[in-house]
Amino acid sequence: MPELSTAAPGAVKTATGGQILSVKNLEAWYGESHILHGINFDVNAGEVVTLLGRNGAGKTTTLKSIMGMIGKRTGSVRFNSEELIRTTSDRIARLGVAFCPEERGIFASLDVRENLLLPPVVRAGGLTLDQIFDLFPNLKERLASQGTKLSGGEQQMLAIARILRTGASFLMLDEPTEGLAPVIIQQIGHTIARLKREGFTILLVEQNFRFASTVADRYYIVEHGKVIDGFANSELSANMDKLHTYLGV
Amino acid sequence: MQALYAQLLVGLINGSFYALLSLGLAVIFGMLNIINFAHGALYMMGAFCAYFLLNLGGLGYWWALLIAPIAVGIFGMILERTLLQWLAGLDHLYGLLLTFGIALIVQGVFQNYFGSSGLPYAIPDYPKIAGFNGLQGGMNLGFMFLPVYRGWVVVFSLVVCLATWFLIERTRLGAYLRAATENPTLVRAFGINVPRMITLTYGLGVGLAALAGVLSAPINQVRPLMGADLIIVVFAVVVIGGMGSIMGSIITGFALGVVEGLTKYFYPEASNTVVFVLMVLVLLVKPTGLTGRAA
Repeated sequence: MPELSTAAPGAVKTATGGQILSVKNLEAWYGESHILHGINFDVNAGEVVTLLGRNGAGKTTTLKSIMGMIGKRTGSVRFNSEELIRTTSDRIARLGVAFCPEERGIFASLDVRENLLLPPVVRAGGLTLDQIFDLFPNLKERLASQGTKLSGGEQQMLAIARILRTGASFLMLDEPTEGLAPVIIQQIGHTIARLKREGFTILLVEQNFRFASTVADRYYIVEHGKVIDGFANSELSANMDKLHTYLGV
Repeated sequence: MQALYAQLLVGLINGSFYALLSLGLAVIFGMLNIINFAHGALYMMGAFCAYFLLNLGGLGYWWALLIAPIAVGIFGMILERTLLQWLAGLDHLYGLLLTFGIALIVQGVFQNYFGSSGLPYAIPDYPKIAGFNGLQGGMNLGFMFLPVYRGWVVVFSLVVCLATWFLIERTRLGAYLRAATENPTLVRAFGINVPRMITLTYGLGVGLAALAGVLSAPINQVRPLMGADLIIVVFAVVVIGGMGSIMGSIITGFALGVVEGLTKYFYPEASNTVVFVLMVLVLLVKPTGLTGRAA
């Protein structure tokens, strides 16, 4: 495994489409605290790429920085060769980037239907409501419920479902399996696999690397606000020892 | 009995103004997290706008009802863009001080040019249809005499309040607004221009205040301090109703107007204090207000 330099972070590539996202020297701050210290990685079209790392390593901040939700950020984030580092999050969303936050962000003052229809359609090609109900049958039954009255699993499905409608082709999912029952985790795994087959590109943040290994093409390890390693799913078993050290499991 | 009905009607009219103003305050607080102490001054500007339109532009009441909320709303949006937007993330105290300062400046400017006495504004005498002389005159309802203009104010305010409720609670735009009240960062990350929505929301709240000002002009005359007197009661209404709910502020507004009216009939000495006594009681029992959510 080569040591990842800042110049060539994506040492491993799989045979998928061209590069869709390229992150270079990304730094980010929450107020005075410096969280990201130069993140480098890239994502190719059609891939599922997973950011692994311990709590507080900067994985969520990386996603939020790409989405433009962090006020102070420097470096470069290129999406389809468009520079996003100074772009506001509403503009980034309209370029076809969608974000599903860790805390799910289901709105209590909106019912399930309103939550589902909230993100505006940014381009053609999103899933129809029927396709969404096909993926998540539970949601159809609960359309009139208050958003936060759903179970944790249903809320996670709603959080994923609502960004599938918009036509965004690049999805960032922040710990979609956190706190969920195994059977629900499995369903979310199937969903991600199916989305990948349908051509979505997915950047996943996970603590649960057992889950990640069922869906990911490639991994990057984030530690102390930097990407310190990366490998393909095929190299997973060879990297197991290292991975255990990185994740402290 | 005649006197009771008359006081009830006065109560409903005051309630109309309370409802329109507290509704605007609730909408603004939800979205901007600002307690808009400039609300009374903007209400007064609505009334003055009607006065100017009539006396300088020859445009009467019906035009004022349309133009004044838009004009004052635009003034509000300029305030939001130039001043209020910088308050985001700061303590409530700064919003209070800034908007209170704006109110003092606006009221001071108007007092400088128009003094403190009231300027007359006539009830419109057109259109003349179905025996109506515009909104002048009155109707005998059998049990009481109803001045047409007063009935109009109550009905029209109620319609505007319910339309605002519908806009916020039942439409897609309202869903954006409610969601952005909860989590503006995430709503923006869905592709919605939240800062522009905040500006428009302030414009809407201010427009409602200006509309109340136009409605009030023929009843209360047009005075620079007309809003300063009213807004204190309105803030008590908001405290009683709680900031969290749109329908709550509408109902509380009308209900407290009626309570005031009834007090005027049964125990006139307490009519000016009853709202504040209720406020104290509500604060003791349920500090978030009757319909409010915990902050």
